[in-house]
Amino acid sequence: MSNVPADLKFTKSHEWVRTLADGSVEIGITDHAQHALGDLVFVEVPEAGRAVQAGEACAVVESVKAASDVYSPLGGEVVAGNPLLATQPEAVNTNPYGAGWLMRLMPAAGAIAAARLLTAADYQKVLEAEGG
Amino acid sequence: MGRQTPLFHLHQELGARIVDFGGWDMPVQYSSQIGEHHAVRRAAGVFDVSHMCVVDLRGERVREFLRHLLANDVARLTLPGKALYSCMLNEAGGVLDDLIAYYLTDSWFRLVVNAGTRDKDLEWIRARAPAFAVVVEERADLAMLAVQGPRARAKAAQLLGEKDAATALALDVFVGREVGPWFIARTGYTGEDGFEIMMPAEDAVTAWRGLNALGVASCGLGARDTLRLEAGMNLYGQDMDEGTHPFESALGWTVALDSPGREFVGREALVKIRAAGPARKLVGLLLEDRGVLRGHQKVRVEGVAAGEITSGTFSPTLERSIAFARVPSATALAVQVDIRGKLLGARVVKPPFVRFGRSLLT
Repeated sequence: MSNVPADLKFTKSHEWVRTLADGSVEIGITDHAQHALGDLVFVEVPEAGRAVQAGEACAVVESVKAASDVYSPLGGEVVAGNPLLATQPEAVNTNPYGAGWLMRLMPAAGAIAAARLLTAADYQKVLEAEGG
Repeated sequence: MGRQTPLFHLHQELGARIVDFGGWDMPVQYSSQIGEHHAVRRAAGVFDVSHMCVVDLRGERVREFLRHLLANDVARLTLPGKALYSCMLNEAGGVLDDLIAYYLTDSWFRLVVNAGTRDKDLEWIRARAPAFAVVVEERADLAMLAVQGPRARAKAAQLLGEKDAATALALDVFVGREVGPWFIARTGYTGEDGFEIMMPAEDAVTAWRGLNALGVASCGLGARDTLRLEAGMNLYGQDMDEGTHPFESALGWTVALDSPGREFVGREALVKIRAAGPARKLVGLLLEDRGVLRGHQKVRVEGVAAGEITSGTFSPTLERSIAFARVPSATALAVQVDIRGKLLGARVVKPPFVRFGRSLLT
């Protein structure tokens, strides 16, 4: 059974979004996603200053088996990529909602509302529909 | 739904993730692919390889038949039970499959061929066997377990009675024999010591559970792939196929081109290729930067896109990315690999990368 924290927002493509005090958002992949990928061995995160569109591939997570794109749930400017993941990609497996965050983003005006993010309950339904 | 081995329901019960592999529903991992990999390098793991195809060949002229059919020369097999790794080629010298041939008696050889090529191989062999009065029998009644790792043989022997255990433990490298109702061979695909055990299908679940109870880890095809790549072993369909010949697949050592008087299928083509000098070769690569080498990534040699990765992965033992790549024969020490548009440096190295748990990188 996947861990789906109630205080986060989610996407159908298994990213999570946490709103921080300064108005920026932290983005990562869900517990379900890390479990499906398996042991991560390499993570590529975007550099600060990069402008990303909603739905744009902006990070890559690689398990032993395969490389997968991570899509930005919303448009904005990258504030930071998680530097820890250069040396400890497995943090995404062990702590997907904490130390394993992928990037911080300052959302463009109206981007959060436009993203139509899912609540934890809605995301749980997505997982159930996928058989997870 | 694909074909299933006698262990399929046990894999499900053990929580394996099941994937399609050459038309078979096979376990790719149980808990952690990296954990399973380390279990084999450090202690012992067991793989279900029942999807591979065991073919018994019987007849007075079976040795003569295999000297015609295979690129390696079974005349090298003089001790009963001894195994030989070989390619089976088409007339153009392309690799139809790679296989293991066991010499059991002068009228009985056993082949183990790949799962994905089973039907093609059987058709090819059956078309050529009658001319040598050789009878071809597919042994679909057998399951096969590969028990691999530094402690594998000792663990597997505990499944046997005292006398059979002593027989199994006395097997030399690359030798197999019947031990009670099982056929046990000291072979594998991981770069570690161990056994591959062929057994009646109805024995497989009990044997697997017995190994688990002895501390042998259930391992999936994911770990099998990283282990064989570290061990410098080719995977059919990725590193070579009908469109490539042994000399450009790092398999020249398996071709016995000059046995006097031997005309095997593909020999004529290989003689020409050797005379002209093969244009390409298969090499090992070690990624100098962070990232993961993958099949089909383009390889640049001196700035020119000139080659391609055939198999690539993250090596859990080396904690670096490694690969095989097919490149021009002149390629020397270093190349660049295009990973999602970025050019990363890689060193050309001679496989194997890892053997008996140790890095061979210098």
